[in-house]
Amino acid sequence: MTVKILLPTALRHYVGGEDTVALTGQSVGEVLSGLVERHPALRPHLFTSDGQLRNFVNVFVNDQDTRHLGRQAAPLAEGDVVSIVPAVAGGASPAVAHPPTASVGLSNQEIERYSRHLIMPEVAVAGQLKLKQAKVLLIGAGGLGSPLALYLAAAGVGRLGLVDFDRVDVTNLQRQVLHRTADVGRPKLASAKEAILGLNPLVQVDTYETALGSENALDILAPYDVVVDGTDNFPTRYLVNDACVLLKKPNVYGSIFRFEGQASVFDAGRGPCYRCLYPEPPPPGLVPSCAEGGVLGILPGVVGLIQATETVKLILGRGESLVGRLLLFDALAMRFRELKLRKDPDCPLCGAEPSITRLIDYQQFCGAGTVSAEATLSPEERISARELKQAWDRGEPVDLLDVREAHEFEISRLPGARLIPLGELPRRVAELDRDSPLVIHCKVGARSAQAVKFLREAGFKNVRNLTGGIRAWSEQVDPSVPRY
Amino acid sequence: MVIDPEALQQIRQHGAEIFPHECCGFLLGEAAAERKEVRLVLRAENAREQEARSNRFLITPQVFLAVERTARDRALSVLGFYHSHPNAPARPSAYDLEYAWPWYSYLVVSVGPEGAREVTSWVMEDDRSGFGREEIAVPLLKETTR
Repeated sequence: MTVKILLPTALRHYVGGEDTVALTGQSVGEVLSGLVERHPALRPHLFTSDGQLRNFVNVFVNDQDTRHLGRQAAPLAEGDVVSIVPAVAGGASPAVAHPPTASVGLSNQEIERYSRHLIMPEVAVAGQLKLKQAKVLLIGAGGLGSPLALYLAAAGVGRLGLVDFDRVDVTNLQRQVLHRTADVGRPKLASAKEAILGLNPLVQVDTYETALGSENALDILAPYDVVVDGTDNFPTRYLVNDACVLLKKPNVYGSIFRFEGQASVFDAGRGPCYRCLYPEPPPPGLVPSCAEGGVLGILPGVVGLIQATETVKLILGRGESLVGRLLLFDALAMRFRELKLRKDPDCPLCGAEPSITRLIDYQQFCGAGTVSAEATLSPEERISARELKQAWDRGEPVDLLDVREAHEFEISRLPGARLIPLGELPRRVAELDRDSPLVIHCKVGARSAQAVKFLREAGFKNVRNLTGGIRAWSEQVDPSVPRY
Repeated sequence: MVIDPEALQQIRQHGAEIFPHECCGFLLGEAAAERKEVRLVLRAENAREQEARSNRFLITPQVFLAVERTARDRALSVLGFYHSHPNAPARPSAYDLEYAWPWYSYLVVSVGPEGAREVTSWVMEDDRSGFGREEIAVPLLKETTR
């Protein structure tokens, strides 16, 4: 069989500059042997010293790889075209032989740890270096702070600051995954730091075990590039917002309640701030806290990681930020909605003519104009858990009204208590005896205080509020009553 | 080897983009006697598995065949290949030698986190004993090649 051998440029000068050589043979092996016999200078480049075809030499017959045709035994037919095709390979020596010499860069340990980032062109080494140099402050080491701290540390954020003054409570463990059961009673920052360094010892963790206030906020925030708001109360939320606007830092906002969450990025330099969205806080007591209203334990995971994602995007300078958008998440419907947020030109903080130019008293700002019902009760309108126990022990006929919700009543109840949820009280008031002594309770005493006010106005004479609610009863009188 | 500044810049750019992996590609042009003139730079995909791409590259024969065809269509030849050495000097490694073909130019660009560093070119000795350095001539050197 006469076949044509097609040579790559590299081999042509061995055969007098021709790109093809005609040879006869029955198989690929035979014609290749014939080729190197006729042109001996080709031999070392095609065959090893013991006669094996080098593994970077590919032989094709009419566009078919001979690896699938029996290799050297591949049969040939008249007129076949045999192509010698280089497999081009190479590469640097193993990295250990050439450790990176640059002082700014990633160590081999970091390159390995963050390899799944480095292989994404959108992150790559440049992005990972940005993460390494980034300084992120987390306000709160609770529900939102937990996933934020863990994932930002894992992702390689170089410096993480945490502000919190709480201790780990057993009710936190349902969602605050930074803390372990054994951490109950310890400062949250102690267990948070352990968890973060256990995950990634390369992270610098700064802890601020203090309540963030007007007097310290600017100093604490100043060294950081991005501030992430994981607070659970309005005074701190306004404080963080105002401090970020004054310091010109982006504020990655998230909040959660029951089954719903919100997230946005407030960056007054290029979008609205929290005050553009909510110029004033809601009256105290109107929006219940997680302790009052509950929260799905998983929810802070979802919302916290949306905040973490936005934080990483801000650091990398990649993607479309949530600036100017409020993301609403409904876990029950499993739906995300999005609201466009506009910068308020008259915003007292970030508007054209701001009236707020320094931090104010946020407790007063969030409580101004209204005082909780509980605070306005007179001493005769209050009774402590111990006093109630003593009254019962003396045999005094005191009726007990529970104004919590039915599902709370399921969790725990006081002996002889009658349940009328606060919302149903106005239309069921006739069920109650106006003249007999009545003690009203709820979980911690806030809702029952409103009930006391309402019944007083309705003409009830002998109504008292159980201070501290069923929780106080459990703490002071009967520990067998579960706390929630 | 003669290569124009834009082509050289494309190679440096490719190395920086793919860092910390190795980039690889083809040098197409005209060869006359001892002189090679690069006219076109073609990027190739590194066919090595993900884990190996930080210090290995591989161009499959299928890609090579396709590029040879492209070259022939434009009356050009494959003059050689380029690849990057992330965090390593622009010197051919023992591994490069093991896989080297004669005659072809092996252009190596050293790349660090800050971008491309040195560029060198090499041709293997005929006895496969090592590489000899090949001069890179850049006509009309422009600012952009920095």
